[in-house]
Amino acid sequence: MELVLALGIGVLTGSGVWLLLRPRTYQVIIGLALLSYAVNLFIFSMGRQLKVGAAPVVAAGAEIDPLAFADPVPQALVLTAIVIGFATTALFLVVLLAARGLTGTDHVDGREPER
Amino acid sequence: MTDANLLLLLIMLPFMGSALAAMLPGNARNGEAWLSGGVAVAAFAIAASLFPEVATGGVVRREVEWMPEIGLNFTLRMDGFAWMFSMLITGIGLLVVIYARYYMSPKDPVPRFFSFLLAFMGAMQGMVISGNLILLGIFWELTSIFSFLLIGYWHHNAAARDGARMALIITGIGGLGLLVGLVLIGHIVGSYELDAVLASGDAIRDHDLYVPALLLILLGALTKSAQFPFHFWLPNAMAAPTPVSAYLHSATMVKAGVFLLARLWPVLSGTDEWFLIVGFTGMATLLLGAYFAIFQQDLKGLLAYSTISHLGLITTLLSLGSPLAAVAAIFHMMNHATFKASLFMAAGIIDHEAGTRDMRRLSGLFSSLPITATLAMVASAAMAGVPLLNGFLSKEMFFAETLEQHHGSLLDGAAPYAATIASAFAVAYSVRFIHTVFFGPKPVDLPREPHEPPHWMRLPIELLVLICLIVGVIPGITVGPYLHAAVVAVLGERTPEYSLAVWHGFNTPLMMSAVALVGGALLYLSLGRYLARGEDGPPLFRELRGQRIFERILVTISWRWARWMESHLGTRRLQPQLRLVVSIAFVAALWPLFSAGFTPGWPSLEGVDPVFAAIWAVGAICALGAAHQAKYHRLAALILMGGAGIVTCITFVWLSAPDLAVTQLLVEIVTTVLILLGLRWLPKRVEKVDNSAKPLARMRRHRDFTLAVLCGAGMTMIAYAVMKSPLPDTIGDFFLTRAYPEGGGTNVVNVILVDFRGFDTFGEITVLGIVALTVFALLRRFRPAPDSVGVPEQQRIQNAFDDERPDREVGETVRDYLMVPSVIMQWMFPLAILLAAYLFLRGHDLPGGGFAAGIAMAIGFLLQYIGGGTRWVEDRLRILPVRWIGSGLLIAAFTGIGAWLFGMPFLTSHFQYLDVPVIGKVPAASALLFDLGVFSLVVGATVLILIALAHQSVRSHRVRAVEAAKLEEDA
Repeated sequence: MELVLALGIGVLTGSGVWLLLRPRTYQVIIGLALLSYAVNLFIFSMGRQLKVGAAPVVAAGAEIDPLAFADPVPQALVLTAIVIGFATTALFLVVLLAARGLTGTDHVDGREPER
Repeated sequence: MTDANLLLLLIMLPFMGSALAAMLPGNARNGEAWLSGGVAVAAFAIAASLFPEVATGGVVRREVEWMPEIGLNFTLRMDGFAWMFSMLITGIGLLVVIYARYYMSPKDPVPRFFSFLLAFMGAMQGMVISGNLILLGIFWELTSIFSFLLIGYWHHNAAARDGARMALIITGIGGLGLLVGLVLIGHIVGSYELDAVLASGDAIRDHDLYVPALLLILLGALTKSAQFPFHFWLPNAMAAPTPVSAYLHSATMVKAGVFLLARLWPVLSGTDEWFLIVGFTGMATLLLGAYFAIFQQDLKGLLAYSTISHLGLITTLLSLGSPLAAVAAIFHMMNHATFKASLFMAAGIIDHEAGTRDMRRLSGLFSSLPITATLAMVASAAMAGVPLLNGFLSKEMFFAETLEQHHGSLLDGAAPYAATIASAFAVAYSVRFIHTVFFGPKPVDLPREPHEPPHWMRLPIELLVLICLIVGVIPGITVGPYLHAAVVAVLGERTPEYSLAVWHGFNTPLMMSAVALVGGALLYLSLGRYLARGEDGPPLFRELRGQRIFERILVTISWRWARWMESHLGTRRLQPQLRLVVSIAFVAALWPLFSAGFTPGWPSLEGVDPVFAAIWAVGAICALGAAHQAKYHRLAALILMGGAGIVTCITFVWLSAPDLAVTQLLVEIVTTVLILLGLRWLPKRVEKVDNSAKPLARMRRHRDFTLAVLCGAGMTMIAYAVMKSPLPDTIGDFFLTRAYPEGGGTNVVNVILVDFRGFDTFGEITVLGIVALTVFALLRRFRPAPDSVGVPEQQRIQNAFDDERPDREVGETVRDYLMVPSVIMQWMFPLAILLAAYLFLRGHDLPGGGFAAGIAMAIGFLLQYIGGGTRWVEDRLRILPVRWIGSGLLIAAFTGIGAWLFGMPFLTSHFQYLDVPVIGKVPAASALLFDLGVFSLVVGATVLILIALAHQSVRSHRVRAVEAAKLEEDA
């Protein structure tokens, strides 16, 4: 399980980084999205040991054994990260569109490279 | 009030007066003068009342704890030396205020002037009575800043701006050096308290850091006191209004440097380094300043160079390291302040009355300004060191000290000659000042007809000249006790026997004075013809202009080097920058791992779930596919990206994170819609075959590919290593065990978000709101590219279809397009609201919560937009996203503030369970209210972003309509 997840994170990161370095704004926005998946999963996996079927929803009033549940802290971190990630994607998309409208090109530098 | 609190008042009064002065109306010259004068009188009285405390070496202290953990206290400390300066600052301050009332023209914005002047008074006052080195540094910087503002007071004048900037840069650099030097001293002593520092002179002088500390402190002191080679800022600062020059550039600010040298004299002086550096600087300044002063054409320029020279004299005295020389230095600080302030004021009156201060145009003013002329003559006689005036006394002491030998170096041997020559120069420029301005032929075509100024304007000069006279004739009983208090404060047990008598018999110093007086007069006579030619600047050194060197350095650093750096190291292209960022991130992650001896273990296939592996195989293909397709097939890339998102979502489900899965799924939906809306505005890109054929481009791609693979592999390695290593107790345990007893919820993630870490969430939703508003604002100014304005291809085809059929109207197909799904979507609206309410209410105990519910609600709105179109929805439904955002923030904030009512900290939550009939037990935690705020804000922000983007299509319709109308008009 850990190996699969680690490989998945790696592939997402690699794809994201590759796209991040491309010249077209749309490639960069997709790259950022992939990178944010990777980072969210990475943060998520930093908790105490991955568990299956152990959601951090406790029973009311019962004695609680923390080891029986998944680590809630990375989950809380990632939850807000997902929403903020949406906000930054939106912001970037709008900047991208505005730049495209102003410069007439979708190159990241706002002008086509000299050939 | 106790004496100690009086010290606090001494600093606060000017600053409060400054704030008040800034608020008076622009033409309130009298009001400003009364206010400032009142402050100065009060401060003067306070300072004067403290004399009995400090007269015999006593010290008044006031300590306020500031940051005690780093040894930083707001310590005020007044001894005799600080007292002497306080009297100068407040006393001359008062005279300058009176003078400025008549000097400033009714057209000048006086509130600014008096406000800055008072603030400067406060800063200077704070500097002299600081009992803590860091505090001293802070007030020191404040004096630099207010001096900058005062020099640049007439900021419409380029010379004033340049002078102010130069003064700020020079004294600012010095101030920075000083601060570092003071920190070094604090480090050596182990305390920043002045008392502790003054008590550990030997420790400082023997320390390895003594030389660096000394150099840095000297940098501060010598720049402030305009010592060679930093002297050139002072003549340029003469663009300031004359009251400022009289105050800052004679009596106070430039004295700050020598004040500090004297203050730290007991701990820093007496070494060879001190003598050589300070002595050389002082003597060079003494001679050069006096020499330059002779050849100035501007009255204030002459006085400025004379000030530089006199400060050099004080510096030289302090360099000698003998107690008697220190006495002379302190005495001369007082004397110079009195005669130079009065001379500046006299120069101001001449400028005011005659309309110019150019000595080539002034002459024979005695008949029109007889009283001012007489006063100026006495003051300049004091400056020249004529007997029976105060300047003579300290100069005699100076001569006597230069004769004493101290170190037996060449510098030492040259001192008496340098002193005599400089003194002769002083006589020459003093005579020139008086002779040129007041005697000779009647002036011709002056800008104004000169006559005596109002009496009140002359009063400050009269008082100062009177002091020069009294001190000069009967020093022992007038200034004696005060000088003694100051000397004892600096020298302590080393206070020498000294005599303030006017007559010491026929001795060498007297001979030197005589030589200087006669020599100076002869020098002036012999220079008569040269000076009459009216050339600007002194002979020999005309090319040596500190100002020009300064400008050149400034241009080199701030322009040439900056340009060089920009063109050689910078780039305006994003890709190289990102490449650098990624590479640095990679190295930064790798470095600590390998320096800590990390070796990746071999992975084991054990425990790999084949289903999970298969899911991730799909995920990996999606990610790689998205990376591959993003350039030419945007829609395909978007779908593949969504696939990777779904796999992420499934991973969250699989690994016990239902909250994340729900949120991820919903965010995935809005993100996809968002990007779909944006796709329409991007340029078409058709795949071309030859594009990557160029070798350079191919190389770049290979490099980026390698970097991407490295980053991916690195992340895999680190993630795997962390996941495989067992972690000890985490803070997660705390939250798990306390969630229900203290937060009243069983869904631990939600309790963390809205309760334990509520403040973080509050910040987070604020960011979300800001982003939404930014998007909205950006899109208001959005101009689509010309090639995207046209009707989309699909609609064109549909309209063409309508056009061909006689039974159909154009636009019908577009309207009816996807009719069935859109009806279903409209029906979904209540369902979406219900889902949102469900997610929201269960959130505290089960997966769900404000974030998820908010996005679900936003999707409900979104479906209406997609199904019905923008206009259809807005005809029927008024969504005010900005209000949702606002009320969300307010609800969250007020929930937090509500805790204050019960005396708890911000965002403390309270919960209990309510029994509601039919529904049953319902949790009623205040955190639920907070979550409501989160919900409302997320709805507002998401909807605002998406709607703003969707509206662009409506807008482009309008653009098209306007253009069509224009075309018709043209036709």
